[in-house]
Parts: sequence; C-alpha cells; structure tokens
Amino acid sequence: MPAPFLEVRELKTHFAVEQGLLFRRQAGTVKAVDGVSFTLAKGESLGLVGESGCGKSTLGRTILQLIPATSGCVVLEGRNLNALHGRELREARRDFQMIFQDPYASLNPRMTVFDALAEALRSHRKLTRAELRPRVVELMRTVGLLPGALNKYPHEFSGGQRQRIAIARALAVEPKLIIADEPVSALDVSIQAQIINLLAKIRREMNLTLIFISHDLSVVRHIADRIAVMYLGRIVELGAPEEVLGQPLHPYTRALLSAVPIPDPARERQRQRIVPAGDPPSPMNPPTGCPFHPRCPYCIEACKAVTPPLTEWQPGHSAACIRVREILDGTAVK
Amino acid sequence: MSALLRVENLRTYFHTRSGIVRAVDDISFSVGEGETLGIVGESGSGKSVACYSLLRLIPQPPGRIESGEARFGDCDLLHCREEKLRAIRGNRISMIFQDPMSSLNPYLRIGEQVIEPLLIHKLASPNDAFDLGVAALREVGIQDAAKRMRSFPHEFSGGMRQRVMIAMALITKPELLLADEPTTALDVTVQAQILELIRRLQQEHGTAVIFVTHDIGVVSGFCDRVLVMYAGRVLESGPTAELFYEPKHPYNQALQRSIPALHERGAELHTIPGAPPDVTQPIRGCPFAPRCEFAEEKCITSEIALKEVTTGHATACLRVQLGEIDLTPAAVAGE
Repeated sequence: MPAPFLEVRELKTHFAVEQGLLFRRQAGTVKAVDGVSFTLAKGESLGLVGESGCGKSTLGRTILQLIPATSGCVVLEGRNLNALHGRELREARRDFQMIFQDPYASLNPRMTVFDALAEALRSHRKLTRAELRPRVVELMRTVGLLPGALNKYPHEFSGGQRQRIAIARALAVEPKLIIADEPVSALDVSIQAQIINLLAKIRREMNLTLIFISHDLSVVRHIADRIAVMYLGRIVELGAPEEVLGQPLHPYTRALLSAVPIPDPARERQRQRIVPAGDPPSPMNPPTGCPFHPRCPYCIEACKAVTPPLTEWQPGHSAACIRVREILDGTAVK
Repeated sequence: MSALLRVENLRTYFHTRSGIVRAVDDISFSVGEGETLGIVGESGSGKSVACYSLLRLIPQPPGRIESGEARFGDCDLLHCREEKLRAIRGNRISMIFQDPMSSLNPYLRIGEQVIEPLLIHKLASPNDAFDLGVAALREVGIQDAAKRMRSFPHEFSGGMRQRVMIAMALITKPELLLADEPTTALDVTVQAQILELIRRLQQEHGTAVIFVTHDIGVVSGFCDRVLVMYAGRVLESGPTAELFYEPKHPYNQALQRSIPALHERGAELHTIPGAPPDVTQPIRGCPFAPRCEFAEEKCITSEIALKEVTTGHATACLRVQLGEIDLTPAAVAGE
C-alpha cells in the first residue's frame, strides 16, 4: 500500500491552564486534542464534525502547525511537519492553507482585493507586476467574483463574497491541502449553498485534499467523502457519510443526529429524540474511561474504566465504543 | 381561536447617516392564545426588529416606529403610555434573547435576577419570591436549585444560562413569550433540550410564543404557523405544514431547496443567485424579484400586497396570486 497523502498519528494538543497573579502555577491541563489518528488519500475530503469545545478547530490548527502539538505527528507526503522549523516550515506552508470562519476578521481591511491576492501570489512565486494582474483576475474568476471588483476593499463586499476572497487567497499558492474551519457558519442559508458548491467544485477541479470542519452535520454531508465525529478531543466515529449518518455506530453520533432539526414538519413530529442529558463535560476535567459515558444511555460499568480505541467494526467504518456489537444487535440494555 | 396579539401595518425605520434603513416595512400578523408563531428570515430581514418593536425596545433614535398598531387586549403596545407598557413588559409579555451570555447581569446572583420580575411587578413578597424562584429554576431542569440561586452567571454553561433566561421570562406566567433566536448560540444537542423545555412549559401554562429564527428546520417541528420575512416584509405566511409542502412564494421554495439535507445526498445544492437587497433604498415591487427565477416585468413595476390564496395561507408573490405559477413540489417535478 502506498504511503497516504496525509497521516495524523496519535496527535495530542494540551494547553496548560495557569492560575494566580504573582506566583503562577499550573492549575490543570485542557486536553483539547487527545490522541487523534487518521489518514487521508490525495484528493479526498474529510468532514470533521462535533459540538463547540470538542477540539475540532484545535485539531485543524495543529495539523497546519499553527498550534504546536504536544505529542504525535502529522506526516504530509512523507514529510513530518512537526519536525520542521523556521524557513523549512515557511516553505512547506505553501502546501497547506486554511480558510477561517469569519470572513470579516480574516481579511486586512486596508488592502484591496488585488493587494490581498497579489501578496499571496508573490509569496509563492516571483512575478512581475505585468504577470501578476492576469493571475489575480484568473483567481477571482475561479471563485466567481467579477474582475471589476479588483480595486475594492473588503468592507464593500457581503459576507459571502468575502468568503470567496478568502478562498481565492488560499488558492493563490496552489496548495495541496486546505483546511476550512466552519467556512459557512457565519453566512445566511441562501449564501451558504453558494459557498459549499464553490468549494466542492474547486476541490474536484484542482484535486485538492480538503478537511472541512463544521458543527453542522448536514453541511458536511454535501462535501465530505468521509466524516469524523469528534467528542472531547477524540474521534469517536469515522466512516463514509452514508454509513455514519445512515447507520451510526456510536451512541454520541446517534444522539447528535437525532438532535438535528429536519425541515420537514411531518417527519419532525414523528421523530424519536435521544437527547443526551446534561452538557458536555469540561475538557479540563474529562471523565474516566469513555468520554461520553456520563451522558450515554448505554453506559455500563466497563465504560467507566477503559477508554475505548477507535475500532473498525465494518469495512471503512470505525467507532470508539465497546458496546457497538450489542447496540447493533439490539441486545444492549439501556 | 381569538387573537391575543394583532399587529397591523408595522413600520420600523432607522434614520442613519447612510440613509433610512427600512428594517420593517409594513407587516401585519396576529398570534392566537397558546399559539406558536414562527418568524423566519435571513439576517437583515427585519425579524428581530419586528419583535423588539412590539415591546418598544428599539433604540430611539435612530430607530422610529413610523406607523402601525399592535393590539394586545385593550392596549396598543406601540402607542400606549410608557407606564402602561411597563406593566405589561416582563409581566404579561416577556422575552428571551439570543445570547444568554450578554443578557444576564454578570454582577448579580442568578436568584436576584430570576425573581426580579416578580418584585418589580409586585406579584409576590420577597420571601415568597425566593421560593417561587427556586421552583422556577427546578422547573427548567436546574439541579440543586436552592443552592444555584446564589451562583453567578459565569458559573453556568451556555445551555444552563438559557434555562435561567427561560425561568426568568416565564416566572410571571406571561400570556405571550417573544423568543429571539433563543437556540442559535447553542449546540444542537443543547438546542434540542431547550426547544423541548419551551414546548413543555408552553403546554403547561398555555403561553403563546413568537419564535424568531433563521433556521427553517427548527420551525418545522416547533411552530403552528410561520411568517417568512425578507427585506423587511412578509413574503408568505401560513400553517407550518402548508408552508413546507405547498410553498406559495418562490423565495420560500428556493430557501428550502438550498438547505443541505441530512438524509439525501444531492450532487449540487440549489443556490439562490445574488444577495438580499439594500434596504436603505426604497424597493419597488417585489423585493425578491432580482433573484427570482420566475420574475417578470410586472413583479418590479406593480405594488404587491400580501394576499390570502387559500384559507390561512397568504403570499406576496404576484404571479402565484394570479395563478400563473404553481410551486408545489408535485408541479415542480412534473415540469
């Protein structure tokens, strides 16, 4: 088997929480990402879903080396990114780009669209002013912006158009991997669909590898080849969208799915909800064993003792739960 | 069903340096006793402003209620004396907001805030109020309610804070609850808990609810009737099921088709081209016309009013009113 395009191995990102004004001492550790492993093939797209505080954004940023990993490694095309420093890392960064949630905050308000895109292009290759212009125009066309808007400033654009500029900027360096962190969450529904379609199109045409982070399962479904569900710093379920959404294995995925409102009144009224009790626990003080056990309807004694590893139960469909068999058979007692 | 609240021709404008923002531009609706009315729309559609206008919570200036009437019992909320409104606001009509973080006072204990409506409206003595506060917190599912009365807001999670807001809003047993995107800032699992809670309390107390949201999915399971707003106007209103299965306005139809569905995988999502109009400019005709696939010359040139086309189901689409287009899924599929 050839080496995967991207391999994330046992990645952990822990943050120290300090207390005290004068004599600072470590009060605890937030285990934002706590042992995540997965691989991605070239051109594949992974949807990373989970609720706020589950560590999905931290995972994205750690993969791109924006946050140092505590342990584990990220291997992109055979190169261990964690081992790179300074100039090497700067050069490697051209291969991976990020698109952020808030297009109002991620663009420099004092730069015109042309300046913003030209800066990104120049960091990639030496280009003369004459060569620059057609490249910028081409980028704008790719993301569906009119070249007439070249000399406008970000405040003159709507949220959806700004997100297009952010996408164009990410594409300027011809990256191989893009991580999009909640790229449509700040947008209205009618604009969301435009941006999702755009990302899907670009990915197809440029054979990009994409990690799409979102809290919204239905958005992810439209763009991902595989879905990873995160809970409290770990991946609890991983598989193709049809599998994960059609026949979820992990009780948390089931609960998450049943909580998503469906825009169909008849179906919505008939539905049985399995709403997990309480709030997600604090990642500073995670429960022992399975992180979901305090809220899980299927929890037994063993769940409190061991942290279940992500296990492949069906070809290409894994879950981190020790009771998957029983839950599938229907023999698991709640 | 008799109307608890009847709003007629409400117009709320903001007079800003860059022009007059017509945030709410002539809308009319009513809410029956115990009914749940959903108001859906995208950002800037005027749904929240409409809600705030009812309790005169719009900062004036720059905002101004230009015209309209909101009949609640024998009182016109928009024009009655301030004292009279104050006796209703937070008592017979209460409100919950989107962000439970910024709508609780960080300096005051939860208990003080929860019982404040009772004390202000002199509905209970301070001693009784404390007990009622504990009961209210217990009712919204807060463990250890008596002890939690002494906590501060920062000690609560987002979902718990929204529960406190609900307890506070419902402690006076209001006849009408205005909920402005109460679950937008919450995770889906917590959202499901909060919706379930509002629904249960509503049934127990017979409270009518106006539920403002941008999420058409939430509306589908939660509301009896829905208004769809766009650019400050109501484009369609009707019973929830009809709105979904028999859309009568192209905007509503397009909006539903552009939502990514959880259980069907479409190759490409339906998109609505363009962006919502600039409401600082007066809009002639239908505000959705520039983005509408069915638009014709007359959609832009004629004034269009919301008109009932079947019982209880009204649309502001001229071509649907004239019977020129049929937007029901069966008709669309048969094309």
